[in-house]
Amino acid sequence: MHMADALLSPAVGGGMWAVSAGTIAYCSAKVRRELDDRKVPLMGVLGAFLFAAQMINFSIPGTGSSGHLGGGLLLAILLGPSAAFLTIASVLVVQALFFADGGLLALGCNIFNMGFFPAFVLFPLFYRRWIGPDPSRARLTAVTMISALIGLQLGPFAVVLETLASGISSLPFTTFLLLMQPIHLAIGVVEGLVTVAVVSFVREARPEILLSALEARPIGNRPVRHVLLAFLLLAVITGGVVSAFASKNPDGLEWAIARVTGSAQLAGPQRGLHRTLALLQEKTAILPDYNFRKPVEKGGAALPEKGRADQNLLPATGIAGIVGTLITLLLVFLSGFFLKKRSVRKVYGLN
Amino acid sequence: MASIDGALLDFKRLDRLANGDTALHRLDPRAKVLATLFFIVSVVSFGRYELSALIPFFVFPAVLVGLGDLPAGYLARKIALLCPFALAVGMFNPVFDRTVQLHLGPLAVSGGWISCASIVVRAALTVAAALVLVALTGFPAICRAMERLGMPNAFAVQLIFLYRYIFVLTEEGGRASRARDLRSCGNKGQGLGSYGPLLGTLLLRTWMRAERVHMAMLARGFTGSFQTRQQFRFGAAELLYLFGWSALFLALRLHNATQILGSLVTGIFS
Repeated sequence: MHMADALLSPAVGGGMWAVSAGTIAYCSAKVRRELDDRKVPLMGVLGAFLFAAQMINFSIPGTGSSGHLGGGLLLAILLGPSAAFLTIASVLVVQALFFADGGLLALGCNIFNMGFFPAFVLFPLFYRRWIGPDPSRARLTAVTMISALIGLQLGPFAVVLETLASGISSLPFTTFLLLMQPIHLAIGVVEGLVTVAVVSFVREARPEILLSALEARPIGNRPVRHVLLAFLLLAVITGGVVSAFASKNPDGLEWAIARVTGSAQLAGPQRGLHRTLALLQEKTAILPDYNFRKPVEKGGAALPEKGRADQNLLPATGIAGIVGTLITLLLVFLSGFFLKKRSVRKVYGLN
Repeated sequence: MASIDGALLDFKRLDRLANGDTALHRLDPRAKVLATLFFIVSVVSFGRYELSALIPFFVFPAVLVGLGDLPAGYLARKIALLCPFALAVGMFNPVFDRTVQLHLGPLAVSGGWISCASIVVRAALTVAAALVLVALTGFPAICRAMERLGMPNAFAVQLIFLYRYIFVLTEEGGRASRARDLRSCGNKGQGLGSYGPLLGTLLLRTWMRAERVHMAMLARGFTGSFQTRQQFRFGAAELLYLFGWSALFLALRLHNATQILGSLVTGIFS
C-alpha cells in the first residue's frame, strides 16, 4: 500500500506532507505534554518491533501465499492514538529512506494512509468505543477484525483518491477502486487475524499492557475527535482543491511554468524548446531525411499552417528526443564514471 | 524479502556507506536534505507525458555517486529491484490511454506507453535520490537536520530511538523466524497458529526491553531529548551545493536539455 513518488504530483504530495507534518506536530506536542517518560523508549522499541515483525511471514493455508503484520492497529491498541501515529510515521520514514518503500515526497501520503486511519479513526471511533471494559474473547476478536477491515478499506481508498488527484496514472477511478478495494479486503482479513492473534496472546500473558493503553486517557477523548474532524475537513478541502486544480492543469508549478514560457501543457516533447534554438529546431523538423511521414506532408498542404507545422514537428522531435536521450545518458554515465575515477585516484594519491 | 538476515545485511551495508569521508559526506546534512527535496519536487512536477526532459536529471545521482565514492553497482541493483513495482502500476497506462502521441517512422507510440515509461523513469530518479541521500548523510544526521529545519523534537527522538533498535530487534526477529523454520516441516508449522505467539513473544520481550532501557536512561539523567555535540555549519560550501543544484534543476525543469542536445546533433549530421 506504499505509494510511490512516481505517481504523485507535487501539489498532492506537498498537500499531504503538510497534513502529515501538522499531525506529527500535534502528536509530538501531546506526547510531550503527557510527560510519560516511559513511553519514549517504548515507542522507539515498538517501532523497531513493527519493523522486525513485518519481515516475518506466515503461510496462508490453501493459497500458497504468505502474509505478515501491518501493525497500525496493533500499535494504536498498545500505545494510544498520538504515540502510535508517531511510531508508525517513524517506521515509514525509515522504510522510505532505506528500502525506498514509497518515496520521500510520497511520505506525507503514506503516513496519512497508514498512520492517520488506524490511530485517529479506527482506535478512537471504532475500537475503543466497541471494545468495552472487559471484553469477552469473541467480542475482542470481532471488534479487532472489523476495525482492521475498515482500516484496510479507508487506506486504499485514500491511495486511489491521491493517485487520481495527481493525474499521472491513467487508470479510471472505478477500475482502480475495483482493483484496490477487494484486494485489501483480503489483506484486511489477514491483518485482522494477525492482530487478534497477537492481542489475545498479550492479553493472556500480560493483560495490564492492554488495559493501561486503553484506560490511559479517558479525558483525551474529546480533543482527539475535534482534531480528527478538523483534519478530515482539511483533507477534504485539500483533496477537493487539489483535484479540481489537477483536473484542469496538472499542477500549480506546471501552470506557472506554462505561463512563464508561454508553451502549452500537453505538447510533451516540444515544450522544453529554448527560444534561441527554436529556429534550428524548425529547420531540423522540415528536413526530409528525418521526416518519415512524407505522405502527410503532401496531403498536408490543405491543413492550416499551425496544424501542418505540428504534424511535421512530431517525428523529428521524436528522433531528436531519442538521440538526445541516448547522448544525455552517455554523458551522465561518463560524468559519474569520470568523477569516481578521479576521486579514487585522489584517494590513492593521498595515501 | 527472501531472508531477514539478507535484508538486514543489505540494510547495514547502506547504513555503513554514510561513514565515508568525502567532501560530500562532510557537507552539512541540511544542504543535502534540501537539495534532495528540491530534486524530487522538480522531477515529479513534470507532466505525465514527459520523458526526454527527465533524463538529464540522472546527472544528480550520478555525480553524487561519483564524488561521494559510492558503490554504483550496488545502488543500481537496489533501484532496479524497485522498478518492477513502478512498472506494475504504470502498465495500466498503455491499456487505458491509446491516443497516439508520437510517430517514429512507421511506429506509432501511444500516450500510455510514454506515460508508463515516464513513471518508471520517475521512480528510478526519486528512489536513486533517496538512497544517495542516505548513503551520503546517514540516518541520524538526516534526523538532526530535519530537527534543525523544524521537525518536532519528540519525533526526532522517536526516529533516533527507532534507528538504534531496528538492528537489535530485526536480529532478534530473524533468530525467532529461523528457529520456527527449523522446527517446521515445509509449510506445516508456519501458519497463523505459531505466528501469533511468535510475534506476541517478540512483542513482550520488546516491551520488557523498553522498560529496562527506560530505567537505564533514567539512571543516566534522560530529560526528554538527546544531547549531542555535533557542530552544524552552513557555510559557503553548503550554499554552493544547495544553490548550484537548485539552479541546475530549475534550468532542466524549464528547458528540455535532451531535446536541445538531440536537435543540435541531428542538425549537425543532416
